Amino acid sequence: MILSSIKTFGHYCMFLTQVFRIPDKWSVTLRNTVFEISKLGVDSIPLVIIISIFIGAVICIQMTLNIVSPLVPSYSTGLATREILLLEFSSSILSLILAGKVGSNIASEIGTMRVTEQIDALDIMGINSANYIVLPKIVGFVLFVPVLCILSMFMGLFGGWLVAEFTTMISVENYIYGIQTMFSEWYVWYGIIKTYFFAFIITSVAAYYGYYVKGGSLEVGKASTNAVVSSSILILAADVILTKLLLQ
Amino acid sequence: MIEAKNVSKWFDGTRVLHDISATFETGKTNLIIGQSGSGKTVFMKCLIGLLTPEEGEIFYDGRPFKQMTDAQRRQLRTEIGMLFQGSALFDNLTVLGNVMFPLMMFSKMSKAEQKERAQFCINRVGLENADNKYPSEISGGMQKRVAIARAISLNPKYLFCDEPNSGLDPKTSILIDQLLSDITHEYKMTTVINTHDMNSVLGIGENIIFINKGHCDWIGNDHNIFRSRSKALNDFVFASKLFQEVKIFLERKYGAGEGGGEGRKP
Repeated sequence: MILSSIKTFGHYCMFLTQVFRIPDKWSVTLRNTVFEISKLGVDSIPLVIIISIFIGAVICIQMTLNIVSPLVPSYSTGLATREILLLEFSSSILSLILAGKVGSNIASEIGTMRVTEQIDALDIMGINSANYIVLPKIVGFVLFVPVLCILSMFMGLFGGWLVAEFTTMISVENYIYGIQTMFSEWYVWYGIIKTYFFAFIITSVAAYYGYYVKGGSLEVGKASTNAVVSSSILILAADVILTKLLLQ
Repeated sequence: MIEAKNVSKWFDGTRVLHDISATFETGKTNLIIGQSGSGKTVFMKCLIGLLTPEEGEIFYDGRPFKQMTDAQRRQLRTEIGMLFQGSALFDNLTVLGNVMFPLMMFSKMSKAEQKERAQFCINRVGLENADNKYPSEISGGMQKRVAIARAISLNPKYLFCDEPNSGLDPKTSILIDQLLSDITHEYKMTTVINTHDMNSVLGIGENIIFINKGHCDWIGNDHNIFRSRSKALNDFVFASKLFQEVKIFLERKYGAGEGGGEGRKP
């Protein structure tokens, strides 16, 4: 088990050395990167907006219902909502969700290219297929992911504001005051820094599983599942390490 | 010309290719034939460099593949065209995009020149008016034609085809065979075709290598394949009733073992 994990990690590192080489043609890589930004990043915006608004609203409701002590000021609902969104939801939880959407997309796309011999065709032409296919995906998504993270922070806070505006659980003034109180700019940077790492994990792990698919459509499905499971576990492990490093 | 010398390949301790030596001549359609599982695809992948044989060497016009540097191998790749069994067209590119792809990656042509060359190749394979269609929007036969157009776009010296007729009806198969034969002679390419289609063997088999259980069992051409004394080859060739009748007809007409030789053992 341990030996096999070390072997897989070594294989993954070898794969990355193939990916991070000088592209055969910069103009093509640049064009593909822009395309991947659109496909993996921009197309994820609706999902990020919907999930963030609902989760922001739910966190706000939960905080209001659970913080009932007269010793705790009423604005603490807004404060707690903000801290949860900035510190964990908009970076880690959002990345777990994106691992499902983006990771499975990448693994199945590259896996299908493998089983239909499209990767072999690139290799035969003398093109570094890993570099040609995977590099634009990693670079594109890593470049765009801070946008998704910041968008998620805003949308989550907006979801909390909707609760304050349309229910009687908390006043809008208290909520607004809460989300502004004791604000630390570093928490935003902390979230963004984490998402860079998570975006790299999502894209590279999914690409690795897709690239080495052997067999047919059944194996493509398995690779897609393995990619999501592995990247989710790695995101959680990286979250622990990054939190320790960045917040201590 | 491509030469394979004493090529052997193992998978997980099992030897799948046994000391195969063969020569694939320039300007001819060279066929590798054999039953499913005989090792012909593995042999072709060794020829192209997708698999590395544990023993033996492949020579491209005298250049040994194993001893080439990465840069030399990259250069060689631009001299190779490949037609895959499933066409292997890029799903996200149109017909024109697929054919232009190698030109875009390797040529120093302007965009207009690339388009002109791609258009020429598309027309050469008889696919006018399909430029803007995606691979999923065209038939299997048309996909094969696009793959041929893509393979010849860089004017390769070597063309490899892995079962070009699989999944095609007999009429389309003959058209694809004829097209491959025509472009081989027209551009003086070294074409290697991996097939088990007897129509291809009889139609375009100028140089045939028969592989049986990983061994090169027989070398000959479409004229003498019916006269071979190799039992394995006869079992393969005369598997269908039609070809059994053809054999009886030929024996009655010319007499057994006469006319055109019987090929040779490697």
